[in-house]
Formats: sequence, C-alpha cells, structure tokens
Amino acid sequence: MWAEIVGAFLGVSVLLYCLLGGADFGAGILELFRGRNLRDKQQELISHAMGPVWEANHMWLVLAVVILFNGFPKAYAAMAVHFHIPLTLMLLGVILRGCAFTFRSYDAIRDRSQRYYTGVFMIASVLTPLMLGVVAGAMFLGRVPAPGSGFMASYVSPWLNLFSFSVGLLTCVLFAFLAAVYLVGEAHTEELAKLFSKRARAMNIVAVFSGAFVFLSAHLDGMSLSQRFASDPISLSCMALATLILIPLWRCLHRRHARAARFFAALQVSLILLGWVKVQFPVFLPRLTIYDAAAPEATLRFLSGGLIVGIAIIFPALFFLLRVFKGQRG
Amino acid sequence: MTDLTAARSQMGISLGFHIIFAAIGVAMPFLMAISHWRWLKTKEQVYLDLTETWSKGVAIFFATGAVSGTVLSFELGLLWPKFMEHAGAIIGMPFSWEGTAFFLEAIALGIFLYGWKRVKPWVHWGSGLVIGISGALSALFVVCANGWMNSPAGFDWVNGQAVNIDPWAAMFNRSALNEGLHMVIAAFAATGFAAAGLHAIGLLRNPKSVFHRKALEIAVVIGAVAAVLQPLQGDRLAKDVAVLQPPKLAAMEGLFKTEQPAALTLGGIPSEEDQTVRYGLRIPRLLSFLAHDDIHSEVVGLDQVPRENWPPVLVVHEAFDLMVGLGSLLAAVGATALFFFFRKREYLVHPRFLKTLVFCAPLGFIAIEAGWLVTEMGRQPWIIYGVMKTQDAVTPMPGLIYPMTLFSTVYLFLAFVVAWLMRRQFRHVG
Repeated sequence: MWAEIVGAFLGVSVLLYCLLGGADFGAGILELFRGRNLRDKQQELISHAMGPVWEANHMWLVLAVVILFNGFPKAYAAMAVHFHIPLTLMLLGVILRGCAFTFRSYDAIRDRSQRYYTGVFMIASVLTPLMLGVVAGAMFLGRVPAPGSGFMASYVSPWLNLFSFSVGLLTCVLFAFLAAVYLVGEAHTEELAKLFSKRARAMNIVAVFSGAFVFLSAHLDGMSLSQRFASDPISLSCMALATLILIPLWRCLHRRHARAARFFAALQVSLILLGWVKVQFPVFLPRLTIYDAAAPEATLRFLSGGLIVGIAIIFPALFFLLRVFKGQRG
Repeated sequence: MTDLTAARSQMGISLGFHIIFAAIGVAMPFLMAISHWRWLKTKEQVYLDLTETWSKGVAIFFATGAVSGTVLSFELGLLWPKFMEHAGAIIGMPFSWEGTAFFLEAIALGIFLYGWKRVKPWVHWGSGLVIGISGALSALFVVCANGWMNSPAGFDWVNGQAVNIDPWAAMFNRSALNEGLHMVIAAFAATGFAAAGLHAIGLLRNPKSVFHRKALEIAVVIGAVAAVLQPLQGDRLAKDVAVLQPPKLAAMEGLFKTEQPAALTLGGIPSEEDQTVRYGLRIPRLLSFLAHDDIHSEVVGLDQVPRENWPPVLVVHEAFDLMVGLGSLLAAVGATALFFFFRKREYLVHPRFLKTLVFCAPLGFIAIEAGWLVTEMGRQPWIIYGVMKTQDAVTPMPGLIYPMTLFSTVYLFLAFVVAWLMRRQFRHVG
C-alpha cells in the first residue's frame, strides 16, 4: 500500500511538472516560431509570464527526483545506468535554459548578447522535453538488457529508437501546446491573444498527428501499443475523453475564454499522461515493478509524512504566488 | 583517465561549482533583507537602490545555483547508482525536506523579485526573508546527507544490504549538525566578505559614494560576525572528526604515527612513502588538546589504518591548512572590522582597510572549496565511511570522460559568463 501512496505522490509531481514546468519549456519552443512583426512583443510577453513562476515550476522536477530516489531507489539507479546519455542531455537543457532565461532577464546592459541568450534559451527549451519524452518512451519500451551486455545494447539501444523519439516529439508538442493556451490568457493586446490562440490550435493539430505517430512508430518498433491501450479500460477511456475535450477546447479558444481553455488544455494533457501511466503501471522497467523497487516501509512512511507536511507548506505559498501574478488578467 | 577518476572529477567539479552559488544563495538574501528593512524604516533612497541591485545578483546566483543543484540530484544516480540504490532509502529524508525548503525558496524568490508593486511592502519584505531562511534550512538538510556519508547511522549492513532502516536516526547522524552549521556560517562569512570587497572597490574608485558605503557596512558586519564565530565551530567539528573518522583527522594533520601526547604540524609537505612531514612546524601537545581537549591524550595516526584505506594525505593536509589559514585571516580581519564599526566607524572606509577587504573578497570561497576537498578527499577510499567504497559505487557505463568533459566545459563557460555579468552589473551601478 505504501508503495502505491508514494507512487501517487511521484505521479502527481510528474504531472504538475508537465503542466507547469512543461509549459515554460513550451514557451521557449514557441519562440522558435517568430511572428513576422510580433517577435519582440512575443518574447516580452513570455519573459513576463515566466519570470515570477518558472523556478517554482521547475521544483516539481526536483521533488519528483527526490521521491524517486528516496521511495524507489532501485528504479532510480537502474534508470540512471541505462538512460545515462539522454538524462545527461536533458540536464544540459535544464542548465542552459535556466541560465539563458535568467541572464536574458537580468543582464544590466541590453545589447547584442540578448540574441545569444535567446538562441540558447530556444534550443535548450527543445532539448529538455525531447529527452524527457525519450526517457519516458524508453521506459515504456523497456528494452533493458541483462547485465554484461555490450555498450550499445546497455546504454544506447534502450533509448535510441524511433518509438522513444516519437514520444519525445509528442512531449515537445504537448508542452508547446500548453504554453500557447496559457499565453492566450496572459496576452494584454488583441493581436497577441489572436497569435497565441492560433498557435494553440496549430499545436493541438500537430499533437494529434504526433500522437498517431507514436502509435505508428510503436508498431514499427514491434510493439502493439494500440492493443495495450485497448485492453485497459481506464486508459482507453482517458484517450476517448482527451479526444472529446477537443470540442469544448476549440470553442473556448475560438471565443477567447482563456481560463476555460487553460482548464481543458491541462485536463487533456493530464488525461493523456494518466492513460499512459495506467498502461505502464506498475512496471518501471522490465523485471522491476514499483513493488520491487520500493524502499522499506519505514522509509516510505517517513517520506509520505514529510511530503504531506511539505505540501501543506508549499501549496498555500504556491497559491499565493499564482494569485499575485496570474490572478488579475485572463 | 580511468572511469572512476572521471566520475570523481565530474562530481567534484559539479559540487565545486554549485557550492559557490548555493553559499551566495543562502547569505545574500539576508543582506538584501537588512537593506530592504532599512529602506522601509528610513525611506532613504540609497537603501532601495541597494536592495534592488543586490536582488538582481540574487536572481542570477539563485537561478544558477538551482539548476546546478538539480544536476547534482541526478548526478548522484548517473555517476554513483550503486551508492544511491542503497543510500536512497536511508538518507532520502533530508533530501525530501531539502526539496520542500528549496521549493519554498523558489516561490518566495518569485514573489520578491516581481512583487515590488504587487504585494504589501512588509509581505514583500517577508518574502525576501523567507528566501534566506529556506535557503539556510536547505543547506542544513542537504549537509545532513553528507554527514551521514561521514558517520553512517540508522541501518544495519548485512551481507551487502541495508536492513532495519531508521531514516530519522540516519538524518540526525552525529556529523549532521556540526557539519551543517560549519557550512552555513561559512556561507555568511564568504558572501559577506565577497560583497564587502566588491563595494570596497567601488569606494576606492568613488570615496564619496553613499551607496557603496552603506552596502559595505551591511556586508562587512555580516561577514565579520560569521568569520569570528567560524573558528569556534570549526574546532567543534574537528573534535567530531577525531572521534568519528580518525583516518580523516590523521590525514588533515599529516599524522602518520599515533602519538601521545600528539604534536600539531603546521604546513609542511607530507610524504606517504617516507611517512613523514617535511618542513612542517611542530607544536608539541597542541593536537592532543585540539582533538580531545586534553594535552595528554592519544591521537590516532595513519599507522593504525590499513594502507589501502588511507586517504590522499598530501591533498587533505594542504587543503586543511589552507582552509584554517584563510579562516583565521578572515576572523582577524573580521574582528578588526567589528572594532572599527562599533568604535571608529571612519576607519572602516580608510583606503588601507578597503584594500585589505578587496584582498579578502575571494578568500572565503577558496576556504569553502578547500573545506569540501578536506571532507570529501579525507573520506576516501570510502563513499559511505566504513561501509561502501567509492570504486564499488561508480556506474558500470564506460566512457565517463565524455560527460566529465561536457560538464567541465559548461561550468567553466557559465562561471565566465556570470563573472562577466557581475562586471556589467557593477559598471551599470557605477
């Protein structure tokens, strides 16, 4: 039971990281698509929207890692061994994105260097979600060889495959989609709201195609993903609901109901993640379920207690932060 | 370079980079909060300018510290999976507490940096204080985990598996508190002196600047109080080490042979082959007193430790003497600064004293790096003292020189950019 409770905390942290931190990466991805004459205004809006919250949003990742290595140390160790390379690349993105964004905001002198910060910011904003998705895909695929296999089999093939990268692509698209929807509500001029509303719909369409591509590449990589989804009623209903939500979501985007659109977008991404995790549950990696990987009960009890206290402190503070900076407009 | 050496170098470089930003992230918010408090009380414009200037520094240092800290939480597993597989369950608790404190810090930072006109002035001030308090708490928590590596507790090691795990006993191991306090005090001393040194440069260039003068007064007092306290705390910690990790203490002091009473060897060059320290200054009985509070006591030397379990004596001894030397110097300058501050305020900005402060600016950080070298190198060859060796914890993945090179390059580059940004910040203010 304790393994499931701590597993739920881990799941919630990952979900909130995707919904909040993911959108910050998505904003960086959106900067790659520069509107012809709105480039500076778009960049200013994104900096303004991310500034107060991105560091708090990033903390969900830190929390997720801590829960993983405290609660499921064997899973953490196995992932760190086999996914060393994509995780290292993801971290590179984390460092460069955070630093470039901060330097861009706080450099006392505004000159040509702003262009370099923005360039690094955009590239790093793609790298991190791509690698995050690659790792998620590789976990799902579960191509972890027996100990003693060669370098390629142990450290490269588990993640360097079409399926893992198709999940990476889907992650990037979903994060960019979330960012676009959130930014509709942040926009203070009609033209920016229109721009992001258009981007949100475009990203939504791309997301549907990327999702289909994930299923196709699973098939090409010899895994019947559709069958695994079809045989799990909860996952199947999650996917069905996520598809149905397209209708109210588009209506809200069309009518500029920013808050409702945010809600539906976040719900849609949550359903996709939930359906995904449900198919995978309770397996981290082959031969390693959450029950195998779980720490002894004493650890899990202390961890759960600590997390409940921690959340009782964090949530009011986070609520205050979001009310101050995200409350007025929208 | 072997994979083990590469992994250790990468961990060392990552920690060495992170600790500078983490230390500034702990202490700088307090400096900022003092200046902010003076602004709210006196409404003197100079304090508002100072708060804003310092808060920009905090923003840059916090972000760099936060991302490099995230990297570390992954590197523990990427480089030392066998260690984390066992240690994760035992010592994860302080990390989860640290995560909570760190989270609160990030939220408070967002409110402080962007809340100037959006929240009530005293709530705003409070958010600045919360950054500092949660920063100090997360430093204490995370050092608990390091203390556990030095004096493992809260489990039984049976056939290569940890059983009877007690996370509470593990977190509050015997090294935790004194090591944590040593680090937090060091953060205040190093940051205070660094800030004082920078504003001393400003005052040397522009002696009439009220801005730099007020900044220097706040920074030097914080740095000086910490620097004066640090030798007392360091002595308590060394007494812990003497009991909990005799080989580390022996390496720190270059003590090859067990002595009773034991002499203290200052400086010199220890040679593991000859088992002597050449050119060192020996002070009879002092080590007995420092280690055990008794001038007649026995101090265990490396002769009682199997040769394969020796830490690298040369590095540990030199790093330790460097740390103690710099710490003593800062304590002396700090005591002088406090005397000037309370008795002869005008001497505080005397050019000769300002030049001393400029000289002292980087010393606290050098001492911090040296101190971490002592504690980490002094524990070798163990990753968990007496339980697991570092060479058994390293990842089986070959080619670790590549990530090591990657992270070294990135951190070197970032260090350069941050220094350049600070210069630009400084020129902008001047």
